[in-house]
Amino acid sequence: MWDYVKLIVLGAIAVLAAIAANYAHDLPYMVNAIVVMLAAAIAFVWELRHAGEVRVHPANEYMDGVVRAGVIATTFWGVVGFLVGVVIAFQLAFPALNLGGVTDGILNFGRLRPLHTSAVIFAFGGNALIMSAFYIVQRTCGTRLFGGNLGWFVFWGWQLMIVLAATSYVLGGSQGKEYAETVWYIDIWIAVVWVAFLLVFMGTLWNRKEPHIYVANWFLLSMIITVAMLHIVNNLAIPVSILSSQSVPVFSGVQDAMTQWWYGHNAVGFFLTAGFLGMMYYFVPKQAEKPVYSYKLSIIHFWALIFLYIWAGPHHLHYTALPEWAATLGMVFSVILWMPSWGGMINGLMTLSGAWDKLRTDPIIRMMVVSIGFYGMSTFEGPMMSIKAVNSLSHYTDWTIGHVHSGALGWNGMITFGALYFLTPRLWNREGLYSLKLVSWHFWLATIGIVLYASSMWVTGIMEGLMWREVDANGFLVNAFADTVAAKYPMYVVRGLGGVMFLSGALIMAYNLWMTVRAQPAKAAINANNAVPAE
Amino acid sequence: MQTYSLLREFADSWVLLFLTLVFLGVFAWAWRPGSRATHDDIANSIFRHDKKPADDNEVRAQRASGLRQAEEA
Repeated sequence: MWDYVKLIVLGAIAVLAAIAANYAHDLPYMVNAIVVMLAAAIAFVWELRHAGEVRVHPANEYMDGVVRAGVIATTFWGVVGFLVGVVIAFQLAFPALNLGGVTDGILNFGRLRPLHTSAVIFAFGGNALIMSAFYIVQRTCGTRLFGGNLGWFVFWGWQLMIVLAATSYVLGGSQGKEYAETVWYIDIWIAVVWVAFLLVFMGTLWNRKEPHIYVANWFLLSMIITVAMLHIVNNLAIPVSILSSQSVPVFSGVQDAMTQWWYGHNAVGFFLTAGFLGMMYYFVPKQAEKPVYSYKLSIIHFWALIFLYIWAGPHHLHYTALPEWAATLGMVFSVILWMPSWGGMINGLMTLSGAWDKLRTDPIIRMMVVSIGFYGMSTFEGPMMSIKAVNSLSHYTDWTIGHVHSGALGWNGMITFGALYFLTPRLWNREGLYSLKLVSWHFWLATIGIVLYASSMWVTGIMEGLMWREVDANGFLVNAFADTVAAKYPMYVVRGLGGVMFLSGALIMAYNLWMTVRAQPAKAAINANNAVPAE
Repeated sequence: MQTYSLLREFADSWVLLFLTLVFLGVFAWAWRPGSRATHDDIANSIFRHDKKPADDNEVRAQRASGLRQAEEA
């Protein structure tokens, strides 16, 4: 019965999407409608072939299929996101690469930039978070994932969102809000998938066999709840038409700007920090085979982060129409935030106390430790840059881009690579990774790549900040904007090369993970679920 | 009085005081006497149930022995 309802709904969606594509007011809407139509049709055929089957969910086995899919998706979107990043880095160094005459603007920097940021944050980072959340919550609760196949809905719903967003961006669909570019109907879809994610996670916690909820789950749950709240409030908008991708935001002016950066900074704070700290608090102790250094400190870390982060957003709007007190509030909270961040960093690093020798023998631990190091570095740099005097030099320069990337590549990237290396042999039931030597190669390529990236952006950012404010004896500006662009050229090339190194590392990882599944001997199966063929 | 002014008045006084106390209360709660055994147990929970979900009988037995250990200590 339920299967027939699903078939009817999927069929209806496919037909409605086809009609919507036909009457679409703009190109991104039309292409998105076609994507929805195809996705609904594929889901329809899949449902049709599996209708009436009994879906088994044995309570004595973990649901690892969706986590395995998450490993594949994280690796794939990581490589794609880094590749687009390298392309746009070289577009800035060599503007001819925009290919404006050939592609009619579709591959311009302006279109590819949101594609890159969304691919790395929401596709790579989002899949890493969903994958880790599903793995960690099952193990720490000692119970199977809640909701039957709802976990699969979350996984495929998220992939559909990524494809919709990517096709929309390159054709010009955008709300013009940084990290919230997705247009109104994609925003609604994100909210639906995210609430399903919350249900799966909460349900599993509810069914837990352990008396207490391990701290990693606190971080992951706060990430899910806060992102839902931020996403919905920041995307409150009224569509121009049901057949158009355009919409009008309900806030305007400085209120809109403040809402956007309340969202924007907490997207960093909860999506890229709290969620990934959840990964840190699970994968680092597991890989080190020692419990976390101080559980009390992890509790303080959590609550201090929750209490402070939410106020830091206004530091994105120093010296704007935003009231001075709000900017000062944002600055003060950003500076206070430095303390719990470093508490968390110390907690992560000291987990290795008594096991420091593992740094020499285990490249995965090395990756995790460098990741925590970058967490510490960027959580020091961020509060410093939020101070008004520093911000007056750094804002609008590439220093900001360097800061973001030392956090994103160093902290988020490295901890995710560590998690992928940790998960793959376990999920596919292999003795170990295909090659630890390749992990070392990945480690050094990525680390040197980040160092090149961050240092070139510091140099170029401070240089352009100084050039913009330079005045002569009569008070006239010395440099035209184009002068700064010309002066930045060598640093742009160095940054691009850093990106190439980071991308090559990720490709080596993809090969290594592939060969781990394909060519490593399987261990004895734990249960039917674990005995997957190597394909 | 405007809604904004009213809410601002609350935010600046009672709500600020309340949230600060909750914040400090969390610290006090984490360091409450006798929490060490509990925290050690939670910190080690990641090393249990690695391959398979917990068996209900086993969980009951574990809880009973955990309680006994706590009493002995």
